Amino acid sequence: MTAIEERVQPGNATLNAEEEDLSVATQWQLIRWKFVRHKVAVISLVVIAIFYLFAAFAEFLSPYDPANHDTDYMFMPPQRLRFFDEGKFQLRPFVYGMTSKMDENTFRTTWELDKTQKYPVKLFVRGDPYELWGLFEGNLHLVGVDEGTLFLIGTDKMGRDLLSRIIFGGRISLSVGLLGIAISFVIGVIMGGVSGYFGGVTDLVIQRIIEFLRSIPTLPLWMALSVALPPTWTVVQIYFGIVVILSLVGWTGLARVVRGKFMSLREEEYVMAAQLNGSNEARVIFKHMLPSFTSHIIASLTLSVPGMILGETALSFIGLGLQNPAISWGVLLKDAQRIIVLADSPWLLSPGLFVIIAILCFNFVGDGLRDAADPYSSI
Amino acid sequence: MWSFILRRILLMVPTLMVVSVISFAIIEAPPGDFMDAYVNQLLQQQEAVDPAEIESLRKRYGLDAPTYVRYFRWLGNILQGNLGRSLEWNQPVSKLIADRLPWSMAISVASFLLAYALAIPIGLYSATRQYSIGDYLFTLIGFVGLATPNFLLALLILWYYFVATGNVAVGLFSDEYLVAPWSLAKFIDLLKHLWLPALVVGTAGTAGLIRVMRANLLDELERPYVMVARSKGLSEGKLLVKYPFRIAMNPVASTIGWTLPTLVNGELLASLVLGLPTVAPLFVGALLNQDMFLAGSVVMILSTLTLVGTLLSDIVLAWLDPRIRGAI
Repeated sequence: MTAIEERVQPGNATLNAEEEDLSVATQWQLIRWKFVRHKVAVISLVVIAIFYLFAAFAEFLSPYDPANHDTDYMFMPPQRLRFFDEGKFQLRPFVYGMTSKMDENTFRTTWELDKTQKYPVKLFVRGDPYELWGLFEGNLHLVGVDEGTLFLIGTDKMGRDLLSRIIFGGRISLSVGLLGIAISFVIGVIMGGVSGYFGGVTDLVIQRIIEFLRSIPTLPLWMALSVALPPTWTVVQIYFGIVVILSLVGWTGLARVVRGKFMSLREEEYVMAAQLNGSNEARVIFKHMLPSFTSHIIASLTLSVPGMILGETALSFIGLGLQNPAISWGVLLKDAQRIIVLADSPWLLSPGLFVIIAILCFNFVGDGLRDAADPYSSI
Repeated sequence: MWSFILRRILLMVPTLMVVSVISFAIIEAPPGDFMDAYVNQLLQQQEAVDPAEIESLRKRYGLDAPTYVRYFRWLGNILQGNLGRSLEWNQPVSKLIADRLPWSMAISVASFLLAYALAIPIGLYSATRQYSIGDYLFTLIGFVGLATPNFLLALLILWYYFVATGNVAVGLFSDEYLVAPWSLAKFIDLLKHLWLPALVVGTAGTAGLIRVMRANLLDELERPYVMVARSKGLSEGKLLVKYPFRIAMNPVASTIGWTLPTLVNGELLASLVLGLPTVAPLFVGALLNQDMFLAGSVVMILSTLTLVGTLLSDIVLAWLDPRIRGAI
């Protein structure tokens, strides 16, 4: 991922792009120029980068500790960030406090805006203590309030801040995609490479396996496999187990791309030249053939991230993937499953919005990369 | 044509064998067998557990034989139509599944038809009016449809349904038809309920199909024969339906194969969320309770049905496009 970001980062390179001669540009420069023209893809890439930034520095960027619960604030609606107090504009945003009232007959809690409580939102506030990546201790949060509460997306059934939970959930949900494609990448390149380079019976067998995996429904298989994970495993082990399960089924798309490329490149003259010069097969594959379609692989990988994210979310949502106390977007959405609760607290669905945005962006970036990586599409 | 069908069916035999091995692996996968779960359950209810009785139960269900013996015994039973007994429901698995499978298939088929019924005209429209507002709108809807998980859409719809009617589950029939014998009125009532899950399941497929249809048709519209037909004065509508549309349909038909697995996935999730009496809740319950004969059989049947569906779509494709017949 970092490799992609470095290479397709929209920066000052675009300014002098026109001046430089197209004919001397490297392949990566060409791809970058073409990608930058795809505005939606560039915006999507920025959004994805922001998402991952939040996931990486979740402790600092989230207003609260995601496990911090308070039964006084159960199912509290989102507090709106405001700039106008009684019609008067102020630069520092603030939130109004809320008070809860319980109906004595139905035991339903209703929340009301209390305009007498006014809490200014500040930057760099001391709050819940944390350990960033288990290394640095701290209690500094990017935004927060000195007193009162700041629940910008509301709270869940235990009075935990949903925004903080979504930010922490992104850490798992978004990394599943990256780790998953890393594993699928290894399997896919090896299987596709072997299949395309050697051909013959090997190719036939691998093709049958791929066809098989593509023609059976994946979800029941994932569900059954995730049940097979030992119940004694820790959260981290289950997480890796889920990732492996997702990628065991997800490598086929990439293997097809790699195989197709190998098939066509095998006949090229430069490959024959390398072979005649005495390069061994590993060198021919990795030094000569692979670089010519790395861009296609990256595009194909980007396009397979959404499937992984969706897979994890769906599994956790059903209750067969990650479970509490692990936080992922699927685990959070599981809370929204009870429709009676959801009808009273619709903000519980907000993790879904983040899932949709993440997947949309990955699709756009993938499309953009694929178009940019195609040397024959007009620039 | 016949030799193509024969070859294609023969190719399915090893695939089905692999499916059966995987299904059996699923049955065997969880640590401990059903008896362990059963013992735990008894202990939790503070009931006495007789080890000898458990051992004899184990023998009766054949849980003590080596793995490969159990596999072939299981396979032999399946070929005779005996899928084993659900230990949790204390009923034959085949009966449990047979009760619910028709609803799963009804939803899948309905969403399949809905997806094509929506995607083909929209794709046609988008391709003929490229870069129009409608085209952009459908493209946007398509992208969002692709990115929205099925279960989220189902949740949203259920939420609106709950707010509107106060019911917590969508169901497949109105109350008065639930136990009524089949009649035209009951069938119409079913259709009235079926479109909702069908729409939920079909969105992702529809979005994908629109893109395929639009791209294919755009490619065809640039071909010289279209220009020739136009220059000869053929009307635009006639030209479109008579030539490019038919050619563009071929790749669309070939997508049926990969649409089916997504349909099955979608149907599972949508049924779970919407609370429909399909195979999905049965399957999840079986997995959570380690009722593995039931779970494995569901995987086996869903996979087999998908494979048969793919086979049928391949045959249709070969019938549409003679070039494919020689390919296998």
